[in-house]
Amino acid sequence: MKKWTRRAFIGAGVLASGAVVIGIAIRPGNRSSKVAGLIADKGETVMNIWLKISPDNTVTAIIPHAEMGQGVHTTLAMMLADEMDADWSKVKFQEAPVDKEYANYILAKGFIAGDASFPKFLEGTIDGVFLTAVKSMNFQITGGSASVRFTGQQGMRIAGAAAKSMLLQAAADSWQVPVDELKAQNSTISHPASNRSATYAELAPAAAQVKAPTRPKLKTQEEFTIMGTSKPRFDIPAKVTGEAQFGMDVQVPGMKYATIKASPVFGSKVKSVDTMISSSQQGVNKILNLGNAVAVIADGYWQAKTTLDGLPIEFESSENNGLSQADIINGYKKDMDTALEEDDLELHFKKGDAAAELEGAETLVEAEYELPFLAHATMEPMNCTAWVHDGKCEIWCGSQNPLGVKAAAAKLLDIDFDQVTVHNQLLGGGFGRRSETDVIEQAVLIAKEVDFPVKLIWSREEDTQHDVYREATLSRMKAGLDKSGNPVAYTHQFIFKHHPPEAADVPYDIPNQLIQYSNPTTYVPWGNWRSVDHSTHGFLTESFIDELAFAAKQDPFIYRKNLSKNNPRFQAVLDLVKEKSGWGTALPANWGRGIAIAQSFGTIVAEVAEVEISVEGKVKVHRVVCAVDAGFAIHPDGFIAQMESGIIYGLAAAMTGEITIENGAVAQSNFNNYPVTRMDEAPKIETHIINSGNPPGGGGEPSTPVIAPAVTNAIFNATGIRIRQLPISKNDLREAIRKTT
Amino acid sequence: MITLAINGKEFEVDAPAGMPLLWAIREQCGLTGTKFGCGIAQCGACTVHLDGQAIRSCITPATSAEGKQITTIEGIAPDKDTLHIVQQAWIEEQTPQCGYCQSGQIMSALALLNTNPAPSEEEIDAAMSGNICRCGMYGRIKSAIKRASESLQSSTTPEII
Repeated sequence: MKKWTRRAFIGAGVLASGAVVIGIAIRPGNRSSKVAGLIADKGETVMNIWLKISPDNTVTAIIPHAEMGQGVHTTLAMMLADEMDADWSKVKFQEAPVDKEYANYILAKGFIAGDASFPKFLEGTIDGVFLTAVKSMNFQITGGSASVRFTGQQGMRIAGAAAKSMLLQAAADSWQVPVDELKAQNSTISHPASNRSATYAELAPAAAQVKAPTRPKLKTQEEFTIMGTSKPRFDIPAKVTGEAQFGMDVQVPGMKYATIKASPVFGSKVKSVDTMISSSQQGVNKILNLGNAVAVIADGYWQAKTTLDGLPIEFESSENNGLSQADIINGYKKDMDTALEEDDLELHFKKGDAAAELEGAETLVEAEYELPFLAHATMEPMNCTAWVHDGKCEIWCGSQNPLGVKAAAAKLLDIDFDQVTVHNQLLGGGFGRRSETDVIEQAVLIAKEVDFPVKLIWSREEDTQHDVYREATLSRMKAGLDKSGNPVAYTHQFIFKHHPPEAADVPYDIPNQLIQYSNPTTYVPWGNWRSVDHSTHGFLTESFIDELAFAAKQDPFIYRKNLSKNNPRFQAVLDLVKEKSGWGTALPANWGRGIAIAQSFGTIVAEVAEVEISVEGKVKVHRVVCAVDAGFAIHPDGFIAQMESGIIYGLAAAMTGEITIENGAVAQSNFNNYPVTRMDEAPKIETHIINSGNPPGGGGEPSTPVIAPAVTNAIFNATGIRIRQLPISKNDLREAIRKTT
Repeated sequence: MITLAINGKEFEVDAPAGMPLLWAIREQCGLTGTKFGCGIAQCGACTVHLDGQAIRSCITPATSAEGKQITTIEGIAPDKDTLHIVQQAWIEEQTPQCGYCQSGQIMSALALLNTNPAPSEEEIDAAMSGNICRCGMYGRIKSAIKRASESLQSSTTPEII
């Protein structure tokens, strides 16, 4: 086996299909020859797995990520095109086929190793083994705010730069001139001294014979011509005409429609259901008992839905049937008490002797917080179209995890992985929900029973009640302050640790810390919810630091800044948000201003919220100022849109987001009782970007964890009421307002 | 069978009693730009025009649309190669993220501009708060409406569908 190096380009050859393969970035063994059949037509040149050149000089970036509005198809193509000096007007994209060859090794490595490179001595071995591991874990995921910082930075840019280098060499060889006399621009290579030029398409076949560079040179920030500009997004035009095709919109000839009802109490089985179709059930094709759910297949969704609604279905009862939200929270409390008593908490982080220092501190601050379960409530309800025929399975869906979809279907049907074809569609919102395969598995089980394609559509009620939820949690925090108000000790116990592993870290200088957690068993299914553990810890940490600032009688901005002396990036973001928000300037009566900051997914975001509390105790968030350092914003407008989106998503959760359990089942069902932020409730958002040149951070999630504490800190500023229980709507603010007016 | 007039074209539709217009449009007429979001008129993703009025097609029986002019997102552009001013404004503001709600947003915005070509901030809020955007692009939707409003007022083609 050839030794693998991260930037190695190895191999060249011509495929039987007629597609020319030049080289291959990222790993040894000629993967291009394997992917060419998947991505290229005759006459096209596959430069490496991430890009091909067509005879009309179009450069196509192959993007191994799903589009859910984050603009990833455009942004990653920009990274590739810029390094390649491609003519942007002739750059296209193609979403990578759902194939193991596109198992995203770079992404997996990014998740595991962070931004750091592997130690040199490990590169040759780990990476080769690692790719095999990544393939076996079917890793083609869109999530973790990772597309730009991992795939873009370490895949697209290198692929583009290497391709350019090879094209330059091909031109130099052909014209017998030194490479450094050549210029690459707009998908053309020219030799000004002899007034010769050739397009990339013309040079591509010759470049196939060139030995690939092992370490292509990347541009500096100053050399960028495409990165750092806001190119119109590829996905937008079709989204204003109705032509954009989401999973929900797939139409397969001969297709019928299904809908489903799973046991309201998670995990319970169907006890009885009559699967006979009566003559009054027009257009109904089949009623299926799937064990833990009942599905109806009909000519249309409406017939399926009304039939399902009219079916008497009995589900088995379990010990969970009597559970209420209070039971669950009390269970967590008991679990934490027991774990504390028995010294049985898991350790997250320890520094110094926090317990001892707490006792000797001048001031002790204590707080207990409680957060609710949250549903994703993607705009597009869960759905999947499946067709099982001739030992094969075809799937149409919008997934953040298409290789996972493929693997799940293959396993269920006990067929070979390659007998499953997945056609990934646009996603009508993901937020982590569409990294799951539960709905796909249901669709496959349903389609298995018939010989035609079936589109399974979940009602909004099913979507709300059978989500995978952000955990409800509780948290106990203590801090000891010295005479000048600085924290000398900090303890924190919380419930549930998922990932990212650093989410519960405190970003401030506190010499003695003890952070612990407990993972009690729960039957409520958990799932990745935009920003994952940061969504809870952003609120917990930034609320508590605000409490400390108040106890220390210090300005919340100054307090945070003084405690971040070792983190100049943090301080710069704080300074910017202070300046842009007008921190410290006067506000009308019953208005308040709150600040919060967090680093997540490699990006630092600070937000200042301005709120008004009405005499009825209603909270209106008027304005949010956001300052952000993600290293460098590749697509500034798209990045700003991501900040806006993350803020509104987090705001909806903070204001009214709450899933509760009653009689073992989710009590909420639709937008009427799981309300989300609407236009008249949405604040004006102003985003300010710092291009610090640090390693790139993510964009999709980092603004979400910050908004809840920015708003609750603003409520405290306006009313003196500290919100320790989310959502905000659970708290009665009327008394405080009566006192001030 | 009933006959529905959608975007100036007639469709024969087999609509059982009570079946919402949404499913006729999507499944039987194949016009999938109109979206299913909630089924109870809470989110606005299914918004279409019935004789120029914005309605929620997920709770409007298909039979009640008989004999009326139904307009969906696919029918608002003046022709195949030209976008409606509102659609154009949506692109210029780079409004959509996931895009799933945007057909409904545009249809609501269009209904607003048809009756009130220069809406105030509050009027926009009032008209648009029935349309949920989970990607939270409310600021951009508002900017796009204002841009479309300005374009419409300076436009020489007064016709709005």
